[in-house]
Amino acid sequence: MIRSNEFGISNLRLAGLGGAALGLLLAATPVAAQTANPAYAAARAGGQIGEQIDGYLGFPSSPSADVRRTAEDVNIKRRAIYAERASATHSTQEDYAFTTACRLILKTRPGEKYQSPDGSWHTRTSEAPLRDAKCAAADTAPN
Amino acid sequence: MNSFELTYRAAAAKTRSIKGPSMEFAARNRRPQRQWVTTATILIGGALALGGCVSVTAPDKPIVIELNINIKQEVVYRLAADAAKTIEDNPGVF
Repeated sequence: MIRSNEFGISNLRLAGLGGAALGLLLAATPVAAQTANPAYAAARAGGQIGEQIDGYLGFPSSPSADVRRTAEDVNIKRRAIYAERASATHSTQEDYAFTTACRLILKTRPGEKYQSPDGSWHTRTSEAPLRDAKCAAADTAPN
Repeated sequence: MNSFELTYRAAAAKTRSIKGPSMEFAARNRRPQRQWVTTATILIGGALALGGCVSVTAPDKPIVIELNINIKQEVVYRLAADAAKTIEDNPGVF
Protein backbone atom coordinates (compact mmCIF):
# COMPACT_ATOMS: atom_id res chain seq x y z
CA MET A 1 0.00 0.00 0.00
CA ILE A 2 2.62 2.48 1.10
CA ARG A 3 5.06 1.30 -1.55
CA SER A 4 2.75 2.25 -4.46
CA ASN A 5 3.83 5.47 -6.15
CA GLU A 6 0.25 6.48 -6.98
CA PHE A 7 0.39 9.33 -4.50
CA GLY A 8 3.60 10.80 -5.92
CA ILE A 9 2.55 10.58 -9.57
CA SER A 10 -0.86 12.15 -9.08
CA ASN A 11 0.73 15.07 -7.26
CA LEU A 12 3.31 15.51 -9.97
CA ARG A 13 0.60 15.60 -12.60
CA LEU A 14 -1.28 18.25 -10.66
CA ALA A 15 1.86 20.29 -10.34
CA GLY A 16 2.54 19.98 -14.06
CA LEU A 17 -1.00 21.14 -14.89
CA GLY A 18 -0.79 23.92 -12.33
CA GLY A 19 1.72 26.01 -14.24
CA ALA A 20 4.07 25.76 -17.18
CA ALA A 21 6.97 27.21 -15.19
CA LEU A 22 6.62 24.69 -12.38
CA GLY A 23 6.21 21.89 -14.90
CA LEU A 24 9.45 22.84 -16.61
CA LEU A 25 11.26 23.00 -13.28
CA LEU A 26 10.16 19.47 -12.35
CA ALA A 27 11.03 18.13 -15.78
CA ALA A 28 14.53 19.58 -15.53
CA THR A 29 15.34 17.84 -12.24
CA PRO A 30 16.39 14.17 -12.12
CA VAL A 31 13.74 11.58 -11.26
CA ALA A 32 15.20 10.93 -7.81
CA ALA A 33 14.83 14.58 -6.84
CA GLN A 34 11.18 14.81 -7.83
CA THR A 35 9.22 15.20 -4.65
CA ALA A 36 5.57 15.66 -3.99
CA ASN A 37 6.40 18.52 -1.68
CA PRO A 38 8.20 21.54 -3.22
CA ALA A 39 8.95 22.91 0.24
CA TYR A 40 10.83 19.68 1.07
CA ALA A 41 12.86 19.90 -2.13
CA ALA A 42 13.70 23.55 -1.47
CA ALA A 43 14.75 22.90 2.14
CA ARG A 44 16.96 20.00 1.01
CA ALA A 45 18.64 22.04 -1.71
CA GLY A 46 19.06 24.98 0.67
CA GLY A 47 20.75 22.84 3.33
CA GLN A 48 18.12 23.50 6.03
CA ILE A 49 17.28 19.78 5.98
CA GLY A 50 19.89 17.02 5.80
CA GLU A 51 20.09 13.22 5.66
CA GLN A 52 20.88 11.62 9.02
CA ILE A 53 22.73 8.32 9.52
CA ASP A 54 19.61 6.73 11.02
CA GLY A 55 17.49 7.08 7.87
CA TYR A 56 15.57 10.18 8.91
CA LEU A 57 15.81 13.89 8.11
CA GLY A 58 17.54 16.26 10.49
CA PHE A 59 18.48 19.90 10.82
CA PRO A 60 22.11 21.01 10.36
CA SER A 61 21.10 24.42 11.77
CA SER A 62 18.14 25.38 13.91
CA PRO A 63 15.12 25.28 11.57
CA SER A 64 12.20 27.61 10.98
CA ALA A 65 8.75 26.39 12.00
CA ASP A 66 7.86 25.62 8.37
CA VAL A 67 11.06 23.67 7.73
CA ARG A 68 10.58 21.71 10.93
CA ARG A 69 7.01 20.80 9.99
CA THR A 70 8.08 19.75 6.50
CA ALA A 71 10.84 17.43 7.80
CA GLU A 72 8.67 15.93 10.54
CA ASP A 73 5.94 15.25 7.98
CA VAL A 74 8.40 13.35 5.77
CA ASN A 75 9.91 11.51 8.76
CA ILE A 76 6.48 10.21 9.81
CA LYS A 77 5.97 8.79 6.31
CA ARG A 78 9.48 7.31 6.33
CA ARG A 79 8.89 5.62 9.68
CA ALA A 80 5.73 3.97 8.35
CA ILE A 81 7.62 2.72 5.29
CA TYR A 82 10.53 1.41 7.39
CA ALA A 83 8.14 -0.43 9.70
CA GLU A 84 6.32 -2.03 6.78
CA ARG A 85 9.50 -3.08 4.93
CA ALA A 86 11.21 -4.27 8.12
CA SER A 87 8.40 -6.71 8.83
CA ALA A 88 8.33 -7.79 5.16
CA THR A 89 12.08 -8.50 5.17
CA HIS A 90 12.11 -10.00 8.68
CA SER A 91 14.52 -7.37 9.96
CA THR A 92 14.29 -4.60 12.53
CA GLN A 93 13.07 -1.09 11.78
CA GLU A 94 16.47 0.31 12.87
CA ASP A 95 18.45 -2.01 10.60
CA TYR A 96 16.22 -1.28 7.62
CA ALA A 97 16.40 2.48 8.23
CA PHE A 98 20.18 2.31 8.63
CA THR A 99 20.58 0.44 5.33
CA THR A 100 18.31 2.96 3.58
CA ALA A 101 20.39 5.80 5.06
CA CYS A 102 23.54 4.30 3.51
CA ARG A 103 21.89 4.62 0.10
CA LEU A 104 20.28 7.99 0.78
CA ILE A 105 23.55 9.60 1.87
CA LEU A 106 25.29 8.20 -1.21
CA LYS A 107 22.48 9.67 -3.35
CA THR A 108 22.76 13.21 -1.92
CA ARG A 109 23.82 15.71 -4.53
CA PRO A 110 26.57 18.36 -4.21
CA GLY A 111 25.36 21.17 -1.95
CA GLU A 112 23.00 18.99 0.09
CA LYS A 113 23.72 18.23 3.75
CA TYR A 114 24.38 14.81 5.28
CA GLN A 115 25.51 13.44 8.63
CA SER A 116 28.85 11.61 8.94
CA PRO A 117 29.31 8.58 11.29
CA ASP A 118 30.46 10.84 14.17
CA GLY A 119 27.17 12.80 13.96
CA SER A 120 28.58 16.01 12.48
CA TRP A 121 27.00 17.67 9.44
CA HIS A 122 28.78 17.90 6.11
CA THR A 123 27.98 19.46 2.76
CA ARG A 124 28.12 16.92 -0.05
CA THR A 125 30.78 17.64 -2.64
CA SER A 126 31.61 15.80 -5.84
CA GLU A 127 33.66 13.39 -3.70
CA ALA A 128 32.22 10.31 -1.97
CA PRO A 129 30.38 11.09 1.28
CA LEU A 130 31.75 10.05 4.69
CA ARG A 131 29.78 6.98 5.72
CA ASP A 132 29.84 4.17 8.26
CA ALA A 133 32.14 1.27 7.29
CA LYS A 134 29.13 -1.04 7.33
CA CYS A 135 27.62 0.93 4.41
CA ALA A 136 30.15 -0.68 2.05
CA ALA A 137 28.03 -3.83 2.19
CA ALA A 138 25.05 -1.83 0.86
CA ASP A 139 27.01 -0.77 -2.24
CA THR A 140 28.26 -4.24 -3.14
CA ALA A 141 24.85 -5.88 -2.67
CA PRO A 142 23.09 -7.05 -5.84
CA ASN A 143 20.25 -4.85 -7.02
CA MET B 1 108.65 -46.16 58.24
CA ASN B 2 106.49 -46.49 55.17
CA SER B 3 103.56 -48.27 56.91
CA PHE B 4 103.41 -45.65 59.61
CA GLU B 5 102.95 -42.91 57.14
CA LEU B 6 100.14 -44.76 55.26
CA THR B 7 98.24 -45.53 58.47
CA TYR B 8 98.54 -42.00 59.62
CA ARG B 9 97.08 -40.62 56.43
CA ALA B 10 94.22 -43.10 56.36
CA ALA B 11 93.30 -42.47 59.92
CA ALA B 12 93.27 -38.77 59.40
CA ALA B 13 90.94 -39.04 56.33
CA LYS B 14 88.39 -41.45 57.89
CA THR B 15 87.82 -40.23 61.35
CA ARG B 16 88.05 -36.56 61.08
CA SER B 17 86.75 -35.11 57.86
CA ILE B 18 84.12 -37.70 56.79
CA LYS B 19 82.71 -39.36 59.91
CA GLY B 20 83.25 -36.61 62.36
CA PRO B 21 81.53 -33.34 63.03
CA SER B 22 80.91 -32.72 59.27
CA MET B 23 78.16 -35.43 59.22
CA GLU B 24 76.50 -33.91 62.23
CA PHE B 25 76.59 -30.53 60.58
CA ALA B 26 74.91 -31.87 57.42
CA ALA B 27 72.20 -33.60 59.42
CA ARG B 28 71.45 -30.47 61.41
CA ASN B 29 71.04 -28.38 58.22
CA ARG B 30 69.08 -30.82 56.04
CA ARG B 31 65.59 -29.63 57.04
CA PRO B 32 66.09 -25.87 56.53
CA GLN B 33 67.57 -26.50 53.08
CA ARG B 34 64.58 -28.57 51.97
CA GLN B 35 62.17 -25.91 53.25
CA TRP B 36 63.94 -23.24 51.24
CA VAL B 37 63.64 -25.28 48.06
CA THR B 38 59.90 -25.91 48.69
CA THR B 39 59.24 -22.21 49.27
CA ALA B 40 61.04 -21.26 46.06
CA THR B 41 59.05 -23.84 44.07
CA ILE B 42 55.74 -22.48 45.38
CA LEU B 43 56.75 -18.90 44.58
CA ILE B 44 57.83 -19.70 41.00
CA GLY B 45 54.71 -21.80 40.46
CA GLY B 46 52.49 -18.99 41.72
CA ALA B 47 54.16 -16.46 39.48
CA LEU B 48 53.68 -18.72 36.45
CA ALA B 49 50.01 -19.29 37.33
CA LEU B 50 49.35 -15.56 37.69
CA GLY B 51 51.05 -14.80 34.34
CA GLY B 52 48.85 -17.39 32.64
CA CYS B 53 45.60 -15.85 33.96
CA VAL B 54 46.37 -12.36 32.61
CA SER B 55 47.16 -13.53 29.09
CA VAL B 56 43.92 -15.51 28.86
CA THR B 57 41.55 -12.64 29.74
CA ALA B 58 43.22 -9.99 27.53
CA PRO B 59 41.82 -10.83 24.02
CA ASP B 60 38.25 -11.29 25.25
CA LYS B 61 36.62 -7.95 24.24
CA PRO B 62 37.91 -7.25 20.69
CA ILE B 63 36.61 -10.60 19.47
CA VAL B 64 33.03 -9.78 20.54
CA ILE B 65 33.11 -6.37 18.80
CA GLU B 66 34.37 -7.87 15.53
CA LEU B 67 31.54 -10.38 15.60
CA ASN B 68 28.88 -7.67 15.99
CA ILE B 69 30.24 -5.70 13.02
CA ASN B 70 30.18 -8.79 10.84
CA ILE B 71 26.58 -9.58 11.76
CA LYS B 72 25.43 -6.00 11.10
CA GLN B 73 27.25 -5.97 7.76
CA GLU B 74 25.48 -9.13 6.73
CA VAL B 75 22.11 -7.51 7.57
CA VAL B 76 22.98 -4.39 5.55
CA TYR B 77 24.02 -6.54 2.60
CA ARG B 78 20.76 -8.48 2.73
CA LEU B 79 18.53 -5.37 2.95
CA ALA B 80 20.36 -3.13 0.46
CA ALA B 81 18.45 -4.16 -2.67
CA ASP B 82 15.07 -3.83 -0.97
CA ALA B 83 16.05 -0.43 0.48
CA ALA B 84 17.09 0.81 -2.99
CA LYS B 85 13.72 -0.26 -4.42
CA THR B 86 11.87 1.43 -1.55
CA ILE B 87 13.68 4.71 -2.26
CA GLU B 88 12.79 4.52 -5.97
CA ASP B 89 9.16 3.69 -5.24
CA ASN B 90 8.63 6.61 -2.85
CA PRO B 91 10.10 9.72 -4.49
CA GLY B 92 8.06 12.07 -2.32
CA VAL B 93 9.45 10.69 0.94
CA PHE B 94 13.12 10.18 0.08
